[in-house]
Amino acid sequence: MYNYIEHGKGATAVSTHQEDPEKYAEFMERIEAGEKIEADDWMPDEYRQTLIKLISMHGISEIMGALPEKEWVPKAPSLKRKLGIMAKVQDEMGHGQLLLRVAEDLMAPYGKDREDIMQDLLRGDLKFHNVFHMATKSWADAGLIGWLVDGAAIITQTNMLDASYGPYQRALQRICAEEVFHAQHGEAIIMALAEGTEEQKAMLQDALNRWWPALLMFFGPPTAETTGSSKQEATIKYRIRKSTNEGLRQAYLDKYLPRIFSLGLTVPDETIHYDEEKKKWIYQQPDWNEFKQIISNNGPRSQARLRLRKIAHENSAWVREALATPVVTA
Amino acid sequence: MSLVETAEQAKQDAAYKEALVEVLYQLADDDFIISYRGSEWLGLAPHIEEDVAFSSITQNTMGHAMLFYQLLEELGEGDADALAHERISNERRNGTYFEIKNGSGTYLEEPQYDWALAVVRNYLYEAFKKVKLEEALKSSYAPLRNTADKVLMEQPYHLGHWKTWITQLQDSSQEAKERIQSRLDEAWKQIGDAFELGPKADDILAKEILSSSETLKQRWLDSVKETLTYVPNGDLASELGNGRAKEHTDQLDQALATLSEVYNSDREAVW
Ligand SMILES: [Fe+2]
Ligand SMILES: [Fe+2]
Repeated sequence: MYNYIEHGKGATAVSTHQEDPEKYAEFMERIEAGEKIEADDWMPDEYRQTLIKLISMHGISEIMGALPEKEWVPKAPSLKRKLGIMAKVQDEMGHGQLLLRVAEDLMAPYGKDREDIMQDLLRGDLKFHNVFHMATKSWADAGLIGWLVDGAAIITQTNMLDASYGPYQRALQRICAEEVFHAQHGEAIIMALAEGTEEQKAMLQDALNRWWPALLMFFGPPTAETTGSSKQEATIKYRIRKSTNEGLRQAYLDKYLPRIFSLGLTVPDETIHYDEEKKKWIYQQPDWNEFKQIISNNGPRSQARLRLRKIAHENSAWVREALATPVVTA
Repeated sequence: MSLVETAEQAKQDAAYKEALVEVLYQLADDDFIISYRGSEWLGLAPHIEEDVAFSSITQNTMGHAMLFYQLLEELGEGDADALAHERISNERRNGTYFEIKNGSGTYLEEPQYDWALAVVRNYLYEAFKKVKLEEALKSSYAPLRNTADKVLMEQPYHLGHWKTWITQLQDSSQEAKERIQSRLDEAWKQIGDAFELGPKADDILAKEILSSSETLKQRWLDSVKETLTYVPNGDLASELGNGRAKEHTDQLDQALATLSEVYNSDREAVW
């Protein structure tokens, strides 16, 4: 899912076409002709680095994204819901695994691997997606994540289904197929609440009110000026994605606002409306400074969730060490 | 004893039904609590691949619990969701060793969980479950035979998974070896009640619903001794109480409070 957010260490190589202008031209021709680049093919350093950042952020977001939902897995209110949410969160971990493998292949020439990704995450050098820094306060949040966060993921991921990098493109095919089930799982929870008791309806509306700004932020800032950095240009230039952040957000609003309203729900933005002339939704911008704070690990649950990963990492140090020790058979 | 084909038939013999539901509660409650403890581990396993595999097993195990609760529902014990969520700890029949927490802290804050406990407990549990279900294949209650058969199709993968872990860890680094051995010592003191059949044991045997406690224990010991390179001395004990007789620790109460928190916020609502 998860589109590009500027990485902590802004170490992107510059003007890589100068490293070998001929190879670069050939490379650009290939991707413009719709060919797929494979892991062992020549690629400009800027392309490789853009992919590493994009895919490791995507992968780690899947993994960190399991944590907010996990909070509700043991609490799911029926056997059916327990099974459903377990399956969903397991899929997300699976997506993380798949993507980290793609990222690891790209990092190999730099002598880096999975452990570096984890260390970058724990140090705060590798960002994870803004939505996964937020608190989950009720069961409605668990449904809302499936419905609207996975719904947003479907929009950004299908936008990259034709990505120029083959291994990523193939991973996305599989991920998108599963995301559709996730959105259905979320929608089923939401429908039960929307058709339920007054308390259930209120719980749902409250969840939507709290999540709305984070959902708008999901697609990233509209322009580079908004937060001072946005690498959407590089991903578009290299045919990794097609649309801009704002284009994706508009597609999302087009798809979900009618559904939200038809369930009798509202969004916490009195100004929101569709402008027939401009053919787009006019909405109140979320606080992009807050967005920057959130993805810099200063969101409501950023540190707590990183802490969970850190504890897990530390507590299993002996396991990693043991696995590296050859088994002595009796 | 001739085969009892349906729930309706079982219900006509009150003593038979009473003995039968004891066995079903044991099977359902064991899977349910083991799956709950597994779900607390989600996102905290030693590596991502393990998280994926472990959560798959946890999910299957919850599915198995559901099948057994459904058998109880057919016998008139109440709705499967109510059986899973509403019963308090002194109505539960799971083995006490399966209910103890994964470590200090909670799954939400400071989960200082011990992978050695996860490996030892899940391995011992799956080995036990295999024996119990294989014995259930001979049960006089046909729906139990069928369900045991279904569950046993998925179960070899679960057992194999934990067997691989314990095999890898028990003779690797000194630290791993010590951690595994001390968790095995602990297990030997706590797992005893799992092999009990509870207050209706005599009827369970007389009506050929399940094999004896001794058979279960002996077959299990034979099986784990093939894998374990360290087997604690002494008999199995039940230091935490007898779960089959509905005795439990307060750690089960805490688990139940969590897993039924949303359900209990409105038992009548549709979730
Ligand atoms: Fe995903
Ligand atoms: Fe998803």
